[in-house]
Amino acid sequence: MTRYITMRVLSTIPVMVLVALFVFLMLRLAPGDPASVIAGDYATAEDVARIREQLGLSDPIVVQFLRWVGALIQGDLGTSIFSGKPVTELIGQRIEPTILLALTTIIFAVVVAVPLGTIAAFRAGSLLDRVVMLFSVSGFSVPVFVLGYILIYTFSMSLKILPVQGYKSPLVEGFGPFLYHITLPTVTLSVIFIALIARMTRASVIEVLEEDYIRTARAKGQSELTILMRHALRNAAVPVVTVIGIGIALLIGGVVVTESVFNIPGLGRLVLDAVLARDYPIIQGLILFFSFIYIFINLMIDLSYTLLDPRIRY
Amino acid sequence: MFGWMTRRSLLATLLAGPLALGALPGVAQAETTLRVIPHADLKNLDPIWTTAYITRNHGYMIYDTLFAMNENFEPQPQMVDTWETSEDGLTWTFVLRDGLTFHDGAPVTATDVVASLERWGKRDGMGQQLFANTASLEAQDDKTVVLTLANDYGLVLESIGKISSNVPFIMPARVAATDPFEQITDFTGSGPFVFQADEWVPGSTVVYTKFDDYVPREEPVSAASGGKVAKVDKVVWTYFPDQTTAMNALMAGEVDFFEQPANDLAPLLEANPDITVEVNDPLGNIGFARFNHLLPPFDNADVRRAAIMAMKQEDYMAAAVGDPKFWKTCYSVFPCGTPLDNDVGSEVIAKGDIDAAKAALAETGYDGTPVVIMQPTDIPILSAFSLVTAEKLRNVGFEVDVQAMDWSTLTSRRASRDPVADGGWNMFHTWWIGADVIDPMAIAFSGNPDAGWFGWAEDAALEEARAAFAVAGSEDEKKQVAQTVQDRLWSIGASGQLGQFFNPVAYRSNVKGLIKSPVQFFWNISIE
Repeated sequence: MTRYITMRVLSTIPVMVLVALFVFLMLRLAPGDPASVIAGDYATAEDVARIREQLGLSDPIVVQFLRWVGALIQGDLGTSIFSGKPVTELIGQRIEPTILLALTTIIFAVVVAVPLGTIAAFRAGSLLDRVVMLFSVSGFSVPVFVLGYILIYTFSMSLKILPVQGYKSPLVEGFGPFLYHITLPTVTLSVIFIALIARMTRASVIEVLEEDYIRTARAKGQSELTILMRHALRNAAVPVVTVIGIGIALLIGGVVVTESVFNIPGLGRLVLDAVLARDYPIIQGLILFFSFIYIFINLMIDLSYTLLDPRIRY
Repeated sequence: MFGWMTRRSLLATLLAGPLALGALPGVAQAETTLRVIPHADLKNLDPIWTTAYITRNHGYMIYDTLFAMNENFEPQPQMVDTWETSEDGLTWTFVLRDGLTFHDGAPVTATDVVASLERWGKRDGMGQQLFANTASLEAQDDKTVVLTLANDYGLVLESIGKISSNVPFIMPARVAATDPFEQITDFTGSGPFVFQADEWVPGSTVVYTKFDDYVPREEPVSAASGGKVAKVDKVVWTYFPDQTTAMNALMAGEVDFFEQPANDLAPLLEANPDITVEVNDPLGNIGFARFNHLLPPFDNADVRRAAIMAMKQEDYMAAAVGDPKFWKTCYSVFPCGTPLDNDVGSEVIAKGDIDAAKAALAETGYDGTPVVIMQPTDIPILSAFSLVTAEKLRNVGFEVDVQAMDWSTLTSRRASRDPVADGGWNMFHTWWIGADVIDPMAIAFSGNPDAGWFGWAEDAALEEARAAFAVAGSEDEKKQVAQTVQDRLWSIGASGQLGQFFNPVAYRSNVKGLIKSPVQFFWNISIE
């Protein structure tokens, strides 16, 4: 197990190097120039050239890459071209809303989706099953921003029970205001996950319910609830957890849109703004950061298999 | 039972009350906060380093200026108490008024003024021209600044009192010593508000607090001039990337002031009795279609003029802005309603006559060279301008290639003087805020391809006229020269002009005291 973890951690290094190289080259090859954005309409060509010089953008790409990697090795993700703030500080300012939105979304999605999928599987073919599947298809089909606006219109503008936008930190403003502000974004972002996880849960549970050991459990006179909870759900958990891991990438994409719709100052918006302004250090830093998170979470999920299924050994 | 509470506040109280008690800072103080949705994200804080309007607005919050434009676009003293000019007009002596203090408590001195103007003069177009005509700028004593011109120059006060980017804000000398191509890192100003650096979250929030030691002038406020009285304790800018969410937040009372709602949201906002929607900027914006004068087919003035003849302003404004109450046609290159507004040459552009344009193009011998139009799809107004132009040019007989991109890509590509095959271009669209094209000195009107604006128009007579404006004495003389400039601009087909349009502001009924101006100011505004 220790050897496996060590190998997995070590294997992230070449992956991160490739990601860094790819991101760096893509950004430099893409059209657009932060110096032109900074210089504005009044600038002469000399002004733009001087700003490029000042930002180090006129150096050869190899020099720029080595300078960036050199700083990266020392834990320095660079400095925002526009705000002049270190990227690590900008990530630090924005990470809390994103992580908490992601966490509440995953928790809410699992709490809703697993029972839904299980019930649908248990009553496969019934009206309830069809309703759950209809919800799943709808959840996949409705874009996050459309759902966000519908929820804002319903709960904020019409019923006036939840705020339109904003974020309150549980550490600063308290848990109540946090919950008050995070509810709509969480529900909005969760729907696609609920759909995904419910479908996977249903499929896995249906498959498990046809296994011999379920028939044996029934023959031994165990209640359906016990069969479902103790035998079926636990054995169906591995694919469900796998889907949650895959869904992290989906979550990162969804966070960008959700944070914009609900005006949450998180990492998603930071990366969007940086792309539009060609703030290279922020884009590079954030993509590396997101890649690391993605790899880390998938490692955690792989390790969780050993807890869910004792037959799995590394 | 809870008639005095909204359902929202009741829920918030129920949620927040028992759970957030630990976070309460004690007894709340009566503090007035103006909650603003600014027109853009404040990405950087140096109004000399960048020309971004949002950074200019930030500059007005925390810095002060020697002179400032009033609503008639006349420079008025702001930090200056008295000033005099020598008989030959070459020596200008400015004396600072009493009570000017930086946010760190240090007095504002003439040395700070000199350093600030010198830094500004290295970046700003008008500043560069002023210093090109300046022999020396010196601090005579703590409160007296002496500017000595090398030759006759008529735009001294217009330059140091200019209202839009780059504004010659006065910073402490230690800050102004920063290389003008590097960002400042010390944000000490002497304006009516203090920037709270530790609360700044780029992309989200900017917080300003009232500067208690600021001494406003006694004159009534008029555009950028007059007494800057901070009537709220705090101004919080919260950037909303999404216009619909911003509108909803204003309607729900979560913010007080929305600086630049999209014109098509106006009907929804106007339907809310608690919200006022009005045009606060009397000059608005001027739409421009810019040609690349270096590349065919627009290296030929007759071809450019043929294209301009087809540009019917009503069509552009209807497509890009919509509601006629937010736009008007304007056939003066200087914004309509400003002192230099005139109609010289307007007969060429006012008709938008496709048939006449076709005939004019036929006479040029246009060979079918495609016109590459850069279309910034992330800016709806400019995207619409691009599509209208494409349609009109096709109708006239041009081959047109519309290339979609984002604004960042466009700003980079428009700097290219290369042929189209190597990344060049033929046309792009933009707008200037009216205050930026108020006189012939605007870079948009340059006829010098080496120091001019993208598109690189070249016309010696135009440059002569602009130089004459810089030394024009009387207002009549200035108007006369401005007409010559306009005549040259239309004669060479420098740019197409697409109309004058206005962005409304929207605010809740408890917001009072907005200042009519091309720049949004936050002094004089109170919350009732």
